Amino acid sequence: MLVIKNLKANVEGKEILKGINLEINAGEIHAIMGPNGSGKSTLANVLTGNENYEVTEGEVLFEGKNLLEMDPETRAREGMFLAFQYPIEIPGVSNATFLKTALNEIRKYKGQEEVTPKEFLSLIKEKANLLGMDEAMISRYVNVGFSGGEKKRNEILQMLMLEPKFVLLDETDSGLDIDALKIVANGVNIYKNPDTAFLVVTHYQRLLNYIVPDFVHVLYKGRIIKSGTKELALELEEKGYDWLIKEEEMENV
Amino acid sequence: MNEINEKMKEELSDDMKILEDVTSSEYKWGFVTEIDSETAPKGLNEDVIRLISSKKNEPEWMTEWRLKAFRYWLKMEEPKWPNVTYPKIDFQDISYYSAPKQKPKLNSLDEVDPELLKTFEKLGIPLEEQKILSGVAVDAVFDSVSVATTFKETLKEKGIIFCSISEAIQEYPDLVKKYLGSVVPYTDNFYAALNSAVFSDGSFVYIPKGVRCPMELSTYFRINSQETGQFERTLIVADDNSYVSYLEGCTAPIRDNNQLHAAVVELVALENAEIKYSTVQNWYPGDKEGKGGIYNFVTKRGACKGKNSKISWTQVETGSAITWKYPSCILQGDNSVGEFYSVAVTNNFQQADTGTKMIHIGKNTRSTIISKGISAGRSNNSYRGLVRIGKNAIGARNFTQCDSMLMGDKCGAHTFPYIEVENDTAKVEHEATTSKVGEDQIFYLNQRGISTEDAVNMIVNGFCKEVFNELPMEFAVEAQKLLAISLEGSVG
Repeated sequence: MLVIKNLKANVEGKEILKGINLEINAGEIHAIMGPNGSGKSTLANVLTGNENYEVTEGEVLFEGKNLLEMDPETRAREGMFLAFQYPIEIPGVSNATFLKTALNEIRKYKGQEEVTPKEFLSLIKEKANLLGMDEAMISRYVNVGFSGGEKKRNEILQMLMLEPKFVLLDETDSGLDIDALKIVANGVNIYKNPDTAFLVVTHYQRLLNYIVPDFVHVLYKGRIIKSGTKELALELEEKGYDWLIKEEEMENV
Repeated sequence: MNEINEKMKEELSDDMKILEDVTSSEYKWGFVTEIDSETAPKGLNEDVIRLISSKKNEPEWMTEWRLKAFRYWLKMEEPKWPNVTYPKIDFQDISYYSAPKQKPKLNSLDEVDPELLKTFEKLGIPLEEQKILSGVAVDAVFDSVSVATTFKETLKEKGIIFCSISEAIQEYPDLVKKYLGSVVPYTDNFYAALNSAVFSDGSFVYIPKGVRCPMELSTYFRINSQETGQFERTLIVADDNSYVSYLEGCTAPIRDNNQLHAAVVELVALENAEIKYSTVQNWYPGDKEGKGGIYNFVTKRGACKGKNSKISWTQVETGSAITWKYPSCILQGDNSVGEFYSVAVTNNFQQADTGTKMIHIGKNTRSTIISKGISAGRSNNSYRGLVRIGKNAIGARNFTQCDSMLMGDKCGAHTFPYIEVENDTAKVEHEATTSKVGEDQIFYLNQRGISTEDAVNMIVNGFCKEVFNELPMEFAVEAQKLLAISLEGSVG
């Protein structure tokens, strides 16, 4: 589904990604772990087309199409979804207005009928209930006055509504207590199916107890220095990143 | 929950309409109706004023009032304090009267000049349809003379008077004499004096005691003849225990030469009366280089004369090259309430200096000011507001919130709040924010499949929500459309 070849990217002129290679197939869950500043969030932003990140080299194919040529909205309409680490507030715009607009844009792109207000309402209620969200938040302004947990849940609600093929979770566990974490993970597990793939960016192993990855990659200084299965995450939890970093540095010497 | 559903459904269908309608970026109502106008020669002197007055068959007292205003105006100077710049206006180079050639009396729409009706249709105001469907009575002002008045019969039953000010001068001289100039005297300011001398037409509304006006009253203005200044005069009187909601909307055709518009609106609310006055202003703003466009120098003021009376101004200002406008409330009656909700959008080379004055005189008077300024392009947007609490205004309260939003880095937003408090029991609050349309907000919406253009509209409409909520439904939809058109292409 997603093929990343030798991807290099700069932020404010500084090279952050120094040649990422990664292949993700439909139905798989991949986790990207790594210490702070290793480039995890940069990867998420580059894949979704944030203008502040400049791709200098490499190629990304999304279902065979050149992803890097697409503007952010086209990537989204093609089925790429980012659950933001810090969801943005849009004062005065209700969740319903926002999500209905987004859903219809994606439907139009796919040549599908636009959703009617009635259909939309029953759909969003159903999904909100699934996440244990208060229905009142449907008419609240996007993320305004939401607690950290509510914001993250709102991201997952959007995912359930927009039905993307490829989901990036950027530090979705940060700032969540264990109950909220379970709810969020539950949302992901409900949505998981053979046609979708996930890339879970996380600093801690904790989230991976609930969203169990097929593959784990360790990102360090802009490169993937180790890949493995879910056991790698447990090993990292136990030993930290230092042993891997030392290994990597030894190799470089 | 049902309430939420209903509210949401409404909101959703509105949003759909808006998104569908955001298409053309040029000023879409820029056309000129070919129609014979009877126009006074350029220039202003006592003879011209007598001409205007006689064209309108005015009684002697009206002519005298105009002349007094003119003589006073001659001694006045143009105000220089607004934060706007424009070339000096030659007041002798303007024609002060223009009337479409008109059949002597119109009994129905069939008698209206078909060209004129076409114009209304282009503007999206099919009078006939409106009569049937929307329940809005329209007193349409085409250039300077009223040509069509509808719904009069229904209003008449309730004793409501809704007619052109010219007609009111003929038919209800006592009311006009009593209230004209009572809120905005001709000595008030340069443009009010000019208007008093030369005003062509406008609307007159009188709501009798205890009557709640059953429909929104609406006037559409349109400048048509080239280089003809428009001097509308509106007077609305709400007698004891009455209520009225009045809508004012304007469009104007594209012109190279600047056009002067100096209207005066006076509102009088007596005991327990409420007046809600909503404006969507869409005068031609000039082209992308800042050429042309309307100069809009307006004096709008309401007097809450009676106890427990209330006046609300809601305005959405998207047009004009220059806007100079401060809809104000004089809170004279005890417990009276004044409100001002404003969205002012400037793009390209537009300049706006707008705001309000809340003058607290009576006890326990309250006022709320919510101002949203949006600047894009190379435009300049200033909020100027005065809150004055007089000596006797015991327990008076004011809340002011001024938010500015900047799009791009070549525009300006300014806030000039003036607060004068002479009574220490008063409570005055002022909040102000300035923000940029955030790249992170746009990216967030992009990432959900929404284009940058739509994202900006969504963010801006959200920013203005508190004001749009105050507008009547159909006006709110129009306002959102206008906003989208005004700001097209200003980001990205």
